[in-house]
Amino acid sequence: MVKTHVTMTVNGEAAELLCDTRATLLDVLRDELDLTGSKEGCSSGDCGACSVMLDDRLVCSCLVLGAEAEGCAIETIEGMADDDRLHPLQQTFLEEAALQCGICTPGFLVAAKALLDRHPDPTETEVRYWLAGNLCRCTGYDKIVRAVMLTAADMRGEPR
Amino acid sequence: MRYQAPGTIDEAVAVLAAANGGAQVLAGGTDLLVQLRAGMIGPEVIVDIKRIPELRAIAVENDGFRIGAAVAGAEMGEHAALKASWPGVVEAMELIGSTQIQGRATPGGNLCNASPAADCVPAMLAASAMCTIAGPTGRRDLSVGDVATGPGQTALGKGEFVVDFRLPERPPRSGDAYLRFIPRTEMDIAVVGAGVNVTLDNDGVCTAARVVLGAVAPRILLVPEAAAALVGARLDDDALGRLDAACRAACRPIDDKRGTIVYRTKVSGVLACRAAAIAFERARTS
Repeated sequence: MVKTHVTMTVNGEAAELLCDTRATLLDVLRDELDLTGSKEGCSSGDCGACSVMLDDRLVCSCLVLGAEAEGCAIETIEGMADDDRLHPLQQTFLEEAALQCGICTPGFLVAAKALLDRHPDPTETEVRYWLAGNLCRCTGYDKIVRAVMLTAADMRGEPR
Repeated sequence: MRYQAPGTIDEAVAVLAAANGGAQVLAGGTDLLVQLRAGMIGPEVIVDIKRIPELRAIAVENDGFRIGAAVAGAEMGEHAALKASWPGVVEAMELIGSTQIQGRATPGGNLCNASPAADCVPAMLAASAMCTIAGPTGRRDLSVGDVATGPGQTALGKGEFVVDFRLPERPPRSGDAYLRFIPRTEMDIAVVGAGVNVTLDNDGVCTAARVVLGAVAPRILLVPEAAAALVGARLDDDALGRLDAACRAACRPIDDKRGTIVYRTKVSGVLACRAAAIAFERARTS
């Protein structure tokens, strides 16, 4: 099995490893670095459960080879909370029951944070389009979209 | 399987030549990694072209644009000047997949995957885009419409790859548009796609047009008869009727779960007329 030497930054920390050339970034995160928050759903880029940030760009980590991440900065769901303090999106998802089984949740949170970092004041339509690549088979999406809209308003300092 | 990421075009040419046909070029990977996992391909070497700076750049050149083959869709969408000049090309690229896919998917990959339903290709062909091809015998130019020769098939020789797309200078009062039909609003493959690019005179009469249809034939179709329906005309019912008829006559679609032959044929004319209306409006206000 051919291995490729890869160095990258994951949630601000340097990581160095030998990865199988066929391994995806998702495989590397889960199996080599024990960061199992990113989930494998479809392995074809349709479900978004494996969403991570790669050099500040939202991507499906199942569609990136581990070797492609050489020199890149990766942010995963594990880096979202500030120690014990949840990110406002995480907190609101809990309060608004924007999850049931939870498999899709890390991907939704990473994707929603990417949206709010760029667009602090999105319309509901913008939220729905931005999250179209994240599939949830439990909630019917309404609670997720509501949680993202509420968090955005909270983060803008607007009263509920 | 080995992975190589050359830093220059010449280096990529050398790596591909050394692999003697056993290599697969990797751009955004949104099709390639799926094919790899499904066992549809089993290359000895993956040649990642994203570390080549020219392939990742959008540049103004000869008053037109040069778009590197490995530029991501999101990067095209964020390029204000490109979007202002060629909104149809940019909106076609941006229709591909989700936000996550947009972070990776490239026009070079969309072209070389050679799907008849590729979204960015009809808009690029309507824009008269030319591709630079690099390979063991040097560089050559190819129209974007001549790269894919059939579903999954390209005109690229052994060791060749697409370097960039060149969009020509925009004449005054020009506009383009691309529309596709899918049964939902996001995340699907075109049932029909239509790209229209027009130039108008001061009176709003069309002086030049290109009309391109996707997903209605084994290859993406440039339809000169549809363009002829627009040239010399304003956007009136007569011109739209001729455009509709010319598009329907050009279709040679398949029947599949996404659409029947009759349906795709009908929709091709409808979409072309709607895309033409947007392109005319953009040309009038450009």
